[in-house]
Amino acid sequence: MEIRSMHFVSRVRQRLDDTELQRNLQRTRGRNAAARLASLSSLDDFDAVRERATEIRASVLRDLDVWLERFEAQATRRGATVLWARDGDEACRLVIDIARRHDVKTVVKAKSMVSEEAGLNAALEAAGIRPVETDLGEYILQINDNEPPSHIIMPVIHKSKEQVSELFARVHGTAAKTDIVELTREAREKLRPEFLGAEMGISGGNFLIAETGSVAIVTNEGNGRMCTTMPRVHVALTGIEKVIPTLDDLATLLRILPRSATGQAISNYVSLLTGPKHEGDADGPAHMYFVLVDGGRADLIGGDFEPMLRCIRCGACMNHCPVYQTIGGHSYGWVYPGPMGSVLTPLYQGLEKAKDLPQAATLCNQCGVVCPVSIPLPDLMRKLREKQVDAGLRPWSERLSMRLWAWVAQRPKLYARGVRLAVRYLRWLADGRDRIQAMGVAPGWTAERDFPAPAAQSFRDQYAARRRAGR
Amino acid sequence: MSKPPPGSRGEVGLFVTCLVDLMRPSIAFAALKLVEAAGYTPVVPDTQTCCGQPGHNSGDARSARELAQKLIAEFERFPCIVAPSGSCAGMIRTHYPHLFNDDDAWRTRAEALAAKTFELTQFLADVAGVTEVPGDFVGAVTYHDSCAGLRELGVKRQPRALLDRMPGVEQRPLNECEECCGFGGLFSVKYPDISGAIAQRKCDNIRASGASTVALGDLGCMMNIEGRLRRIGDEDTQVIHIAELLAGRLDPD
Repeated sequence: MEIRSMHFVSRVRQRLDDTELQRNLQRTRGRNAAARLASLSSLDDFDAVRERATEIRASVLRDLDVWLERFEAQATRRGATVLWARDGDEACRLVIDIARRHDVKTVVKAKSMVSEEAGLNAALEAAGIRPVETDLGEYILQINDNEPPSHIIMPVIHKSKEQVSELFARVHGTAAKTDIVELTREAREKLRPEFLGAEMGISGGNFLIAETGSVAIVTNEGNGRMCTTMPRVHVALTGIEKVIPTLDDLATLLRILPRSATGQAISNYVSLLTGPKHEGDADGPAHMYFVLVDGGRADLIGGDFEPMLRCIRCGACMNHCPVYQTIGGHSYGWVYPGPMGSVLTPLYQGLEKAKDLPQAATLCNQCGVVCPVSIPLPDLMRKLREKQVDAGLRPWSERLSMRLWAWVAQRPKLYARGVRLAVRYLRWLADGRDRIQAMGVAPGWTAERDFPAPAAQSFRDQYAARRRAGR
Repeated sequence: MSKPPPGSRGEVGLFVTCLVDLMRPSIAFAALKLVEAAGYTPVVPDTQTCCGQPGHNSGDARSARELAQKLIAEFERFPCIVAPSGSCAGMIRTHYPHLFNDDDAWRTRAEALAAKTFELTQFLADVAGVTEVPGDFVGAVTYHDSCAGLRELGVKRQPRALLDRMPGVEQRPLNECEECCGFGGLFSVKYPDISGAIAQRKCDNIRASGASTVALGDLGCMMNIEGRLRRIGDEDTQVIHIAELLAGRLDPD
């Protein structure tokens, strides 16, 4: 997907002014967080499961090459073909090659964020292959002129049912419906012939299991099962970091993924797909491929940002993020929004293309607290801020003022004089009132709120005076 | 617990914080009064300035380290260090050790300081075991949990337990009390649109609580919330630091 994160500030303004979007954000706000909290009570010991999940993901990353080789060997043994893509473009080429080899005209797709990274739909269309999104949310976005998703597991969370109703009526040429069940039925009726007719299905993959060579897919709609079992060819497209050692590990991660994501103890469907259809199998694809994408992941191994690769894409960080919930996912400008996106986007797309993302966070650490694999997201954002400073990507005025602040703050006498000056300046601005309404040195502050006038004397001066007076 | 004789429980280093020093000294005087009332001798090193948080959150690791070293040297002689701020205490307790990952000697000193640094209400409730507070406020109060205090230090129960000791205070629940107020340090100035929208939601919740006073433990968040309330024309809701509320009337200057 083409990155638009450099236009963050103007995109945010538009979205804050978009009353319909704001209403939609208000409506869904807190819903997933509340569901998550309620579902944790059905785990005996959330912290212990979280610790175990964290250790599973961390241990894989310590020997990622070994686990990927083991996965490849097992998947190959079960008759699947494992292909490796350095980046999204190579992934698109590999998928198109597979489609051409099997004479594919139409592809049904289950949800895959890696396919969004790669811009796969556009590449398929350019190659004359028709992609059909079958996740309800992704389908809605596709028929709305290929709108990008705004959330990693609820791609269309930014829309109201009224907007979907209007879109369906316009695109499908049907009477407008307002009942969600009826809207869903309409989408199913549109999708059914696609499932039956498509020669190839593409899915993502929540986990790759090294000991069996399987891909695990966690879904709620059943479309994932249709995409992976009905067409002749199944391609599982995912990132190289998704591998885990064993089915036992999968069991642990499944205890925590749906709970963190939607507050479900388990998702409606968990599919475990191992190789193509074998003799005696009732169904399954004749051919099964894995396209495993690097896309910047391998570069993170062994560095400060390796913990980010533990991410299991539950979306809890964005569901709990005050910034995400205020501006919506599209503001972030690439595939991944919210806290995890603010870390991943600059790492995968380049620091200079996403300068605002690591900055546009209050570091409130709601994300870090809820992350099921204990990724210290605020610390990683701070690290990215350091990298920005080192790369000269912050305004010189900001860097200078930080250095100046530290220099003065190390000289207590000078600092005390500076405080006295600041008190006088602020009180002059307040002009006898208890507040300042416009402040040239920090216009951002007074654009949105008043600034209080300080007390007539700083603490240090008042305290020194009291001590001199013997109090 | 019977009232301990003044000063009988040893010295406590009070880190006033740069923002309190500059903007609202009454918070520091209130903290002094509370620490004293708990039987300790508060000491305020007069060379103290800033904990280094602005640099730490702005990617200026060098500034953060330099100011951390200064603060460690100033405060490490005390058996306990107290700050009337969750974010400054959190900076020392949670972040200082990591600033010195490449420097064993300083890391050891940072860890030692971190282990004995407390946010004010944490100190009063958990360390001092205070059961009486001098404040005599009468009215309905709601409490906002500032992020760093809550999530870095686990400050949640302590301020509420202390308020429970004030018979005139009627505590009212605050919807979304653990949600960020949108301050975020320099975030508030760099992204005013987003910050203001988040602050607005916090203000709506405070106004809906039915309390005419909101108490909290961080001056940055206070300035953000109070500033937003005043900007939208709310002159009535009082925004007060938990130290000021607990300490009550301060000696006139």
